[in-house]
Amino acid sequence: MSTSGQDVWVYVEHLKGQVAGHTYELLGKGREIAGALGGRLVAVLAGSEVQPLAGTLGVADSVLYVEDAGLAEFTPEGHGAVLRALAEKDLPRLMLFGATSAGMDLAALVSATMGIPLVVNCKEIVIEGDRVVVTSQMCGGKLLGEVETVGKMVALTVLPGAFPSQKGLSDQAPAVQKLLSPVLLDRLRMRVTRLLEPEAGDVDITRAPVLVAIGRGIQRQDNLPLAEELAGLLGGAVCASRPVIDQGWLPLTRQVGKSGMVVKPKFYLALGISGASEHVEGMKESELTIAVNSDPRAPIFDVADYGVAADMFDLLPTLIEELRARTPSPS
Amino acid sequence: MNIVVLLSMVPDLVEELEIAPSGVALDTQWLRYLLSESDDHALEQALLLKERHGGRVVAMALDRGEAEEALYTALARGADEAVKLTGIPEEGLGKRAAAAVFGAVLKESPPDLILAGVQAIDDMDGHTAGALAGLLGLPYVGVTRSVDAPGAGKVLVQKEYPGGLAAEIEVDLPAVVGVLSAPQPPRYVPVARIREARKTKTISEREAPSVAVPEGPVIRRLFKPEPAERAEMLDGTPEEMAKQIVTILESRGLVR
Repeated sequence: MSTSGQDVWVYVEHLKGQVAGHTYELLGKGREIAGALGGRLVAVLAGSEVQPLAGTLGVADSVLYVEDAGLAEFTPEGHGAVLRALAEKDLPRLMLFGATSAGMDLAALVSATMGIPLVVNCKEIVIEGDRVVVTSQMCGGKLLGEVETVGKMVALTVLPGAFPSQKGLSDQAPAVQKLLSPVLLDRLRMRVTRLLEPEAGDVDITRAPVLVAIGRGIQRQDNLPLAEELAGLLGGAVCASRPVIDQGWLPLTRQVGKSGMVVKPKFYLALGISGASEHVEGMKESELTIAVNSDPRAPIFDVADYGVAADMFDLLPTLIEELRARTPSPS
Repeated sequence: MNIVVLLSMVPDLVEELEIAPSGVALDTQWLRYLLSESDDHALEQALLLKERHGGRVVAMALDRGEAEEALYTALARGADEAVKLTGIPEEGLGKRAAAAVFGAVLKESPPDLILAGVQAIDDMDGHTAGALAGLLGLPYVGVTRSVDAPGAGKVLVQKEYPGGLAAEIEVDLPAVVGVLSAPQPPRYVPVARIREARKTKTISEREAPSVAVPEGPVIRRLFKPEPAERAEMLDGTPEEMAKQIVTILESRGLVR
């Protein structure tokens, strides 16, 4: 007898021949939820000539591998149509997506076209009897909602970093079921024309031992020299969260976070950064993080080792002075 | 190219958020709303497309909070028309319902391109732009950093991925694009121009059509995260805290 109806599906994200690290976080949590629901954990992998990737998904009971040249490059339309067709046939209980560039697009499309509920930005998932209860993060982490989902099939997007990836790793080889695409992919209304690599040339923030990171709290471009001076005294570089980059105050190469760089410096000083998950994704593995933010509830303090709940403009001048006093003046 | 930009109002996070006595909603009494950041970028993107390739830009918003201010600002920034959909419940609409309302209106005379922010800070039951595309059966790409129109009947978008990587995707029109950011910061207009728009331009109003949406997720409770669950908080005057930071850095060999 098929236990479908209680299965948990994880959409496997991959780019340039590698499974996204976040997918293993989903698989680890999916393993636990599938157990609680009494269903199977199924990894859904779509692409072209990426079958070897299935070998890394051994935590799942099975891998549905859809092979089609039309799926070689990710498009929300192509991958979304395949997922929908498979889900309409197999009726999983839960579909897990990353709250990522690909996952957000897919979850929104699949849930709307199938008429099933979606909860976004989940950081906890619990099974209570036959109910799926999730905690959804809102307002840049300042608000959490405990949400009960209704319906036989539910889609969730899960925040990167919400669950450990170790539980999603396994040496075992999963059962792989290879399928042809259940839908025709020759008339997609979109096509990938090329991949654009990040611009090179500027400072490589992934190599800097110390990063002084600025966020919205920097307020004005005129205040950037303060961060620059601090970075200079610490032997590091200045980087930023998205709002600063969007203002055009620093080049894209300095962006840390979901669509920017992932950095692991020895010391990360977060100035006026609230700590939205988009940013945290890029810096959570820093060896030492000190955060300065005027809001004591800012989510950055959940990530930082040390916190200063104060206005950075009160702290920075004296911090700069302290550091200057220690730096031997050139003789 | 005819472009419709969807604008949504979200809580202003500068204000302290208060939870209503019901425990399942925000207390709206002192809540201020402002234009969602990625919608602001979607509007900028629409105006850039119009400047480069001609066409019309219509800004559309559900009547909530300071929606009127956002619509007059859109007119002052260069939108050709502004539409306010009225009859929205005070507590606002979920994103699926909002998408259904916009969908019912836009279905009547579909534009070439619908732009909206890819996400908003109060998203819980979905993202409006993607849900709208699903409901209308239109192609959708979200998380874009630029949209261009090199030829007739299509747009060329750049979709962002982690690590600074992006995919360039050609999308046939009509389509919906979920904008993360425009290629340049949203243009600033002086308050005087907005005031002038209030005097010389009009926002057309229409009743939001009633729509049926499937039963969505139910909020059991809203709550604020505990502050500083991990960080050890430093205390004292700025001078004392600066000294403590330097001591921490010294102990790790990060300063001499």
